[in-house]
This record gives sequence, structure tokens and C-alpha cells, in this order.
Amino acid sequence: MSTRFHPSDTLASWGRVVKARHLVARPRFPDEIGELISGFSPDAPGLAVGLRRSYGDSNLNPEGHIIDMTGLDRMISFDRETGLICAEAGVSFSQALQLLAPAGWFLPTSPGTRFVTMGGAVANDIHGKNHHAAGTFGASVTRLKLWRTDGVAQEVGPGDPLFHATVGGLGLTGIIEWVEFRAVRIPSTEVEGEDTPFENVSEYFDIAAEKKDRYEHTMAWVDCATGGSHLGRGILSSANWYQHGGLTAHREEPRRKMPIDAPSFAINSLTVRAFNSIRHELKTMRAGPYRQHYEPFLYPLDAIGGWNRLYGARGFYQYQCVLPPDTARDGVVELLKTIVASGQGSTLAVLKDFGPNPPVGLMSFPREGTTLALDFRNQGEATLKLMADLDQIVASAGGRLYPAKDGRISAALFQSGFPKWQEFREHVDPGLSSAFWRRVSA
Amino acid sequence: MTGSLAKTPSNRVVILGALSAIAMATARIYAAEGAALMLVARNADRLKGLADDLRTRGAVQVETAVVDLEAAAADAPALMAVWKTRLGGLDHVHVIYGYLGTQEKATSDPAELARITSSNYSTAVQWCEAAANIMRAQKRGSVIAISSVAGDRGRQSNYAYGAAKGGLALYMQGLAHSLAPTGVRAVAVKPGFVDTPMTDGLKKGGPLWASPEKIGKIVRRAADKGGPVQYAPGIWRMIMLVIRTVPSFVFHKTKL
Ligand SMILES: Cc1cc2nc3c(=O)[nH]c(=O)nc-3n(C[C@H](O)[C@H](O)[C@H](O)COP(=O)(O)OP(=O)(O)OC[C@H]3O[C@@H](n4cnc5c(N)ncnc54)[C@H](O)[C@@H]3O)c2cc1C
Repeated sequence: MSTRFHPSDTLASWGRVVKARHLVARPRFPDEIGELISGFSPDAPGLAVGLRRSYGDSNLNPEGHIIDMTGLDRMISFDRETGLICAEAGVSFSQALQLLAPAGWFLPTSPGTRFVTMGGAVANDIHGKNHHAAGTFGASVTRLKLWRTDGVAQEVGPGDPLFHATVGGLGLTGIIEWVEFRAVRIPSTEVEGEDTPFENVSEYFDIAAEKKDRYEHTMAWVDCATGGSHLGRGILSSANWYQHGGLTAHREEPRRKMPIDAPSFAINSLTVRAFNSIRHELKTMRAGPYRQHYEPFLYPLDAIGGWNRLYGARGFYQYQCVLPPDTARDGVVELLKTIVASGQGSTLAVLKDFGPNPPVGLMSFPREGTTLALDFRNQGEATLKLMADLDQIVASAGGRLYPAKDGRISAALFQSGFPKWQEFREHVDPGLSSAFWRRVSA
Repeated sequence: MTGSLAKTPSNRVVILGALSAIAMATARIYAAEGAALMLVARNADRLKGLADDLRTRGAVQVETAVVDLEAAAADAPALMAVWKTRLGGLDHVHVIYGYLGTQEKATSDPAELARITSSNYSTAVQWCEAAANIMRAQKRGSVIAISSVAGDRGRQSNYAYGAAKGGLALYMQGLAHSLAPTGVRAVAVKPGFVDTPMTDGLKKGGPLWASPEKIGKIVRRAADKGGPVQYAPGIWRMIMLVIRTVPSFVFHKTKL
């Protein structure tokens, strides 16, 4: 039985702004890959995707072929002594943790959701709250198997140019069949953390600098609806693994689900403001150190399946930039001022300092500096205009945007943000492409 | 992983048609419980990949056998005995393989009709009977076959498949009756719409589509609990009750 491509009008990225037609195949076994990619060509390029947790259009290929890799979800090996683990590209972080956590191991780093695949984690060289301590996911990858559309499959690892193009390579250098990486030891599956409120951007930078040496995990929530002397007020949460707790994995199923799209009145600037200030109150009240399981700490949003539908049928944009250390303070102030003035206050705004770890991939997003991540409900022109204003600030601060979150930046901003993109282009498989790549490589 | 060899398995389980999505989901539950598994299917490479997965997930022993289950059904008693020996005992046998085919082709091509009947009924019952005989003797264990809601009423779009799967369910019901005094269980699990690559051509979504993982849980549980005919998920019992009750003069006007 050979897998075939079927037309689909429902394939979307996490932001759900673009709804386009794709031809989708869902292989279940590695031996199907060769046949599926044999028809890909520069005129009819394809793309592999995972759990489609990227927000914009880097995981879309409208009118083209998509290989949904989530059916390749087998574990290949796991050495409980050394922590070396090998898994097919469609295995999710969630599944991997079911195996790792009870054995006293953990993912070297993880994004804010456990519903990402190994392939997606490599292709965006994802980062987590422990970036300043652990670097990106790619830093722990020891080997991976890559299929090119000319039919050649090869294993590559650190040192191979194709490996460093594939880590952070947005799925454009080939189809990843499996990934081998080093897990890290954990003393328990609980973290011990504390919340520290800050009243403005400047306080954030002081506190973050002080916490980063003492805590493995740090990130801050920021209120984007308040200006003046409270511009950029928020809470910095920091945590370390608890030394004495037990070893239990998370529950696999989300506790609640969003069954339908929220009506458009559900999220307006008033509710956003209420949402942010309630969170501010609640968090501020959690005074003193606390202990909790990794699940609510690392994956608060995963508790509600399909939370992206909260933003209504028109979907939403994410905006995530990183600014270098010397421009970060002023740049973040400018960005927040612009957002407050627009009245389109982001519901979720996150600030985090990246460490100085050298990037693993030619196109890895994280670099030393400060990253700000925002959500904006899609309100058409007004939202695009706001993001264009933010782009200017990012560009003049010498920063760049995260392709995993982007669905609209200009080729110029992309190219100035990723100076190695030309070198990367040499490694792109001519039979693969995405909506994102067609736009930014023009 | 040296210690695991010494572990005693929670259950010793044979899975026929181990590479199907439902079989894989079922096997993973057993693996996490620490079972010993015998995986049977045609494709050796794929079986190896699946065996690695199940070992990594906690199965204490994973064996594979490359067998064409339709062709080898006459040897069912002998093969079942061999597998029992390799596992060191036999607790559960799952008969999961099957062949959907198309009604259109079956209508004009005797080979297609024969294959649908043989895969879903006549060879399947050979394996079930072979397993049941072992269990009857040991007075312990269960045999679980995958039937289908398509077996509840003949419909123009898939009556060849439906009749075979319906026959299989009747067989299991009878087997359960005959095994009742021994304490051995026989169950037919009847899934409704399952979201697998096999059904990718169809319009999906909506509450009636279940994931293979969800069906796998029901199949696993059926080895220990519940009656001889189990709908998966349970809502299909009601749906099929209604569908069976619709009078033919109404039903014949539909395109179902
Ligand atoms: C709630 C939430 C929080 C998040 N937090 C973070 C965070 O803290 N840090 C962070 O870095 N990211 C974060 N992200 C983004 C997310 O980690 C990335 O978008 C990730 O790449 C998604 O993985 P995926 O499996 O869904 O891949 P997809 O979105 O499906 O695809 C992503 C890319 O990977 C490629 N790809 C996927 N599989 C393969 C394969 N087998 N072979 C080749 N290419 C492949 C695709 O072509 C595409 O370019 C977050 C996302 C969400 C929804």
C-alpha cells in the first residue's frame, strides 16, 4: 500500500491566518519517504512539516505538496545509562518526555509547548527558558538522517556543513527521517522557582542579569497595555530543578479544549488589559519560592488544547525578535511604547535574555541579547501596520525576527537579520520550498 | 538495559497485523506495561522499526515473525504454538489485520471479492480458533478480533467488507459463548471511523472520527473487560442501533 497525496483545504499553521490548499501525504514508515519525494522539483516543490506549531508561513507550501511527518513517530533507541536517544522525526517532545522523565532524563531544552516534533525542533533550532544555560536544541543533536529530493539519504552530524545548514534550516535542506540527541539528567520532575515583579523595562534588565547565573530557567511576562512609568512592568519567573522530588511524566491529554473559534468580541483591548492585569495580580501574590511539576511550569498553554482558536476565525500573528545586548534596553522600550500607543496590546508578551552560546545552525534564530515575543489578534491593516513599525525598530537595533513565528516580513529585513542566508542558500534542496522561503529569498 | 532480560513480562501477547495504525497503538500500551510481544506482519523492515520502538517504550521482550497471514492461515495451530513457546506463554491474541478493498472492484473482480472475504473473515477465524484452542486448554487468556460497524448492516457502498467483518463478529460472539465455562474471553471490537492514512481520501473531522490511539485503548481494555461485542468508541452502539432499525424502504433511498 503506497501513501498518496490528498488535497486538503484545512491545513493551517498555528496562527491560522493563511488558509490555503495543499496536497498532503501522511507516511507512517521511513521507507515511504523516497517515493513521496521523487516527484518534487523546482517547479513543483514540496515541504515536510511536523505538528504545525509554527505560527506563520514557514510550514506552508500553498498549492504544493506537504509531507506530514507525524506518522513517523517511533522511538529508535534510548540508552538509560548515557541519555543518548534516537527518535523518528515525527516523535513529539510530549511523547519523548513520557519516556525520558520517569527514567530521570529530560529534553536538553524545550519550547513553551510540548507539541512539537523532533523534525520541527531541529528545523527551527528551538530555544527554551534555559537558553542561557543549555543553548538551543541543535546543540544537543549528535546525528540526524536527511533525505534529499534527488533520492540520496545521508547521516550528518556536527562538523558536516549540511548538518549546520539543516539545524535552523526551516525544512529546506531535506526531509529529516530521525534525530539522535543527548538528553540531560534531572534530579526530579519538579522545579523550584520564584516570581520577581519588576515595575519597568529597566528593572527587568537588572533583575534578569542577576538571576541568570543562579537559575537554569528564566523568562518574564510583560504587560503590554500600560505605559508611562510602568512601561514594561511584569514578572520574571526563574527556576531550577528541585533536588528531592519524584520522577513522574505529565498527563498526555490536555485538561480542557477549545471546541470552537472564539467570537471576535472575546478578545478586544479591554479584555487583553484585564487579562494582563489579572495575571499581574495573581503572579505577584505568589510571593516566595514555590515548587511545581514541570508541566504547568514549562507548558502553561498546553493545558488548553487548541488555545489558538481563542483568537477567532481570522487567526493571529506572533511577533518575536531578538535584539543584541548593546541595543536591547532602548530597543525594548521603543517596541513597548509603540505597542502601548497602538492600543493593540498583545495578550501574551514574553521577555527573555539569550546567552552567548555560539549558534549551531547557519540560520539559528537565537543570538546573544534579549528576545521579545508577542501575540496580535489579526485585525487586518492595523495589525500589519503596527508590525511594520516594530520591524523598523528591530532593523535599526540590528536585530532579527524568528521565522517560526513569522508570516509577513520583507526579504530585506530577513536578509539583514540573517547575514549567512546566502551561504545557507547553497544548501537548500531545489525540490523543497515554503511560502516563507519564496518571500524572503526573493 | 541488561536488567530487563530478567524481568517477567506483565502479559504475553501476539498481535497479527502488527503494522496497522490500530495495532501499533495497542502494542504501545502493552509495551508501556512491560509486556512480551510477538509482532506478526509481512514487512520485515517495518517490523524491525516497530520492535525497536516497543522495546524502547518498555516491552520486556519483542519477537517478530514475517508471515502472510492470509496465505498461512492453514498453519495457524502450528504457528500459534510456536509463538507461544517463543513468548514463554500466551495471554492475549489480537487479530487486527484486514483488507478494506473497494466494493466497486469486488463487484466485477472475483479475486478482489475473494481477498476481502478471506482477509476479513475466513482466514481471520482460523487464527482466532487456533488461539482459542490453546487458551481453552490453559483455561486462561483472551482472543480479540477487530470487526467493524460496517458489519451491522449491509450497505451498497461496502457490503463485501461489511459482510466479512459482520461474520467475524458473529464468530467471536459464538466463540465467547463456547469459551464461557473456561473463563477465556473472546471479543469483537467494532470501530467506527478511524483517522488513519488508509482513510485519508475521505472528508474527516467531526466528533465521529477517532484516533488510532483512542481505538487502541479500547482494544487493550477489551482483553480484560467487557462483553463479546464492543463498539469503539461506545457511541457507535447507539448509532448502529438506529441504522439497523431504519426500514429498507427508507434505507434504500439513501446512498450510504
Ligand atoms: C505555544 C507555543 C510556544 C512556543 N514556544 C517556543 C519557544 O519557547 N521557543 C521556540 O524556539 N519556539 C517556540 N514555539 C515555536 C515552535 O517550537 C516551533 O515552531 C517548532 O518548530 C514547531 O515544531 P513543529 O513540529 O510543529 O513543526 P512545524 O511547525 O510543522 O514545522 C516547522 C518547520 O520544521 C520543518 N520540518 C518539520 N518536520 C520536518 C522534517 N521531518 N524534516 C524536515 N523539516 C521539517 C518544516 O518544514 C518547518 O519549516 C512555540 C510554539 C507554540 C505554539
